[in-house]
Amino acid sequence: MFYRETGQYKTTYAADMAVFPILQDRIALGLMLLAVAVGVPLFAMLFPATGNYFLQVIMIPFLIFALAAIGLNILTGYTGLMSLGSGAFMGVGAFACYKLTTIFPDVPIVIWVVVSGVFSCLVGVLFGLPSLRIKGFYLAVATLAAQFFLQWCFVRIPWLFNYNASGAIEVPERTLFGLAVTGANATPLARYFVVLAVVAGMTWVASNLIHGRIGRSWMAVRDMDIAAQLMGIQLLPAKLLAFAVSSFYCGVAGAMMVFFWYATGAEPEVFSIRQSFFVLSMIIIGGLGSLVGSFFGAALIYIMPIVLGAIANWSGAPISAATIEHLRVMLTGALIIFFLIVEPHGLARLWQIAKQKLRIWPFPY
Amino acid sequence: MKIRTLALATAAGVALATALPVAASAQDAIYVPLFTYRTGAFAGSGIPIANGMSDYLNMLNERDGGIGGVKLLIEECETGYDTKKGVECYEQVKGKNPVITSPYSTGITLQLIPKAAVDKIPMLSMAYGLSASADGNIFPWIFNPPATYWDGASVFIKHVADKEGGLDKLKGKKIGLIHLDAPFGKEPITLLEKLAKDYGFELKLYPVAAAEMQNQSALWLGVRRDRPDWIYLQGWGAMNPTAVKEAAKVNFPMEKLVGVWWAGGDDDARAGADQAKGYKSLSFHAAGAEFPVIKDIQKFVVEKGKSQVDKAKVGENLYNRGVYNSMLIAEAIRNAQKITGKKAVTGEDVRRGMESLEISEARLKELGMEGFAAPVKISCSDHNGHHKVYVASWDGQKWTKGSDWMEPMKDKVRPLLEEAAKDYADKNAGWPKRTEACDKAS
Repeated sequence: MFYRETGQYKTTYAADMAVFPILQDRIALGLMLLAVAVGVPLFAMLFPATGNYFLQVIMIPFLIFALAAIGLNILTGYTGLMSLGSGAFMGVGAFACYKLTTIFPDVPIVIWVVVSGVFSCLVGVLFGLPSLRIKGFYLAVATLAAQFFLQWCFVRIPWLFNYNASGAIEVPERTLFGLAVTGANATPLARYFVVLAVVAGMTWVASNLIHGRIGRSWMAVRDMDIAAQLMGIQLLPAKLLAFAVSSFYCGVAGAMMVFFWYATGAEPEVFSIRQSFFVLSMIIIGGLGSLVGSFFGAALIYIMPIVLGAIANWSGAPISAATIEHLRVMLTGALIIFFLIVEPHGLARLWQIAKQKLRIWPFPY
Repeated sequence: MKIRTLALATAAGVALATALPVAASAQDAIYVPLFTYRTGAFAGSGIPIANGMSDYLNMLNERDGGIGGVKLLIEECETGYDTKKGVECYEQVKGKNPVITSPYSTGITLQLIPKAAVDKIPMLSMAYGLSASADGNIFPWIFNPPATYWDGASVFIKHVADKEGGLDKLKGKKIGLIHLDAPFGKEPITLLEKLAKDYGFELKLYPVAAAEMQNQSALWLGVRRDRPDWIYLQGWGAMNPTAVKEAAKVNFPMEKLVGVWWAGGDDDARAGADQAKGYKSLSFHAAGAEFPVIKDIQKFVVEKGKSQVDKAKVGENLYNRGVYNSMLIAEAIRNAQKITGKKAVTGEDVRRGMESLEISEARLKELGMEGFAAPVKISCSDHNGHHKVYVASWDGQKWTKGSDWMEPMKDKVRPLLEEAAKDYADKNAGWPKRTEACDKAS
């Protein structure tokens, strides 16, 4: 009734090919951006105790994981190349950013966060080289090698963590426009704004990449690489570009994770294989080959357990912390299976179906 | 749209969830959060510690009505030994005015070190975490008594010297270090390298990757080849029982395998069955249930069904470690009450209480801990104390005292430590100078 494109005539090709052709979608997107850019910070300022918890525990990590999921989705969802190395690529970003900001402390940290993505991108291309010759499970094993090799580097090359006795990244304080954005003194609000800006910007870039020639060539490779080759798509550059862009996104996400979420430091263990699986499960649940799915996946995998725990705590039932944790893990697992049974193509597909249904609502056809 | 509603729903849920417990923590209670891990890969070591920690504090509530007449509000937060969840736990408890945190994970400790001073919540990382944080001039909010890993490694070398007949006999000996290939495991290397140079022994390193904890056969082939005279084990979790089992398999003399205190779980040693007899581990508190304090815990908490512990496991080594950890917290709170004259102390008060903490033999006796632990004394500059440690030995059934209490080589450890602390402050540009005043010892 409300969500219907009747009467919205398109008079240009550009309008016809827009990512959001329906006016209501654009309004909703605008409202959502307004909510996260103005509403959430306002809420945090009005109720600092709850607000800071909300920003620090939910919003900041959610956005960062969504970015990592977008990165992996570009590779696995759009190009069809399986990767188990996203945790390590995130680590490359984090360590690169740490090295850069300790060597050149005067350059704004946001620049280094983005530049550290370039390092991750180069490493990603290197490990993406075998992708021309191997596919599927075999490629997954090759990226697994990247995961273990890079993790070994993080532990074993002391130069990477500046010979710290703790063997971990110790995040120094950095300011942006005179406001601390990293370190213990940075407020969650300041860090949230930086993360939000980077994630929003990079999502926009990803959307443009995917809807353009490059994205189409990736999807062609994914659907059938021989056919794509026959159509004139060069496989190696297309696949390597996917690896490069994907690792870039993961690298930026990793750097932001250490600098704007943890904000004080992180040990190399953070970038273990568990992190890779964490991101991989996000895109599988959220929807392979979907940007909005990356956000859904991050929300389901990261936020849902926290909400479940909060509900259990809030209900005041006399259950121990460990039981809550067990329940949380079990419920999360059950919900994942439920969603996959209801819609094997992930939450993004459910979302699409819901929108389709809404267009003709209240009529069934 | 969906994200927005989701965000709003979670916001509402979280708002309620955090608002309620704050209201519940009344003014006249002292809030002590305990970060524990009863789930995950390290639960085997985490459960006894968690039980010990909460049982001792519960016992104080039941027996004495809290500390100084103020009830303790004890809340566990499950970390699963995962840094991500640890951060979540910290944010959760931060708003409820905790008087102290004990994160029980090196990863979470490293995370919280810079935050402690900002949020004015002292942190007790009891004999783990960053060794350098023992320097109170640079880390006024962090405490890591009773001994650092470097103290532990030096006591190990002293023990070797004792058995070999003097420090000069160390020359030409081969000493192996089996360690977890992570910051925690690599900690003793710096000190052992220095001691190797000073005393002329050869140090062999055997790193164990976190993923390979339960698969050490390749490593032990190396041990068979190198034939080290002694081995020091800096391990945690599943790595320890595996090492003990493998050592038994290659017939390495058990009495020459010494673990750090975190390698001293009853289950770690039990894994080697009969062959583990003689396995040694450093410790700074006794095992066993025959102490008055443990008896009180049994009487007031365990038998009343107020604990999650399996009755037979009260008094095990790691359980007692939890008790010891909580004893330090409780004594710091008591001391804070004494210094400030306040009943309901805050984090800032407990920091002062911790800094001027002195637990004498007499006090230990009052606590029902005579012979349970060595006296503890903390000062403003020394947040560790470098206290005495002894070598426990496994008799096939339980841990027994295998040596006297031994003083660590403070003269070797302290300079290294101060250097490391200074290095930390230098690298973290803008590290705050200590502004907290120093109290006289009580």
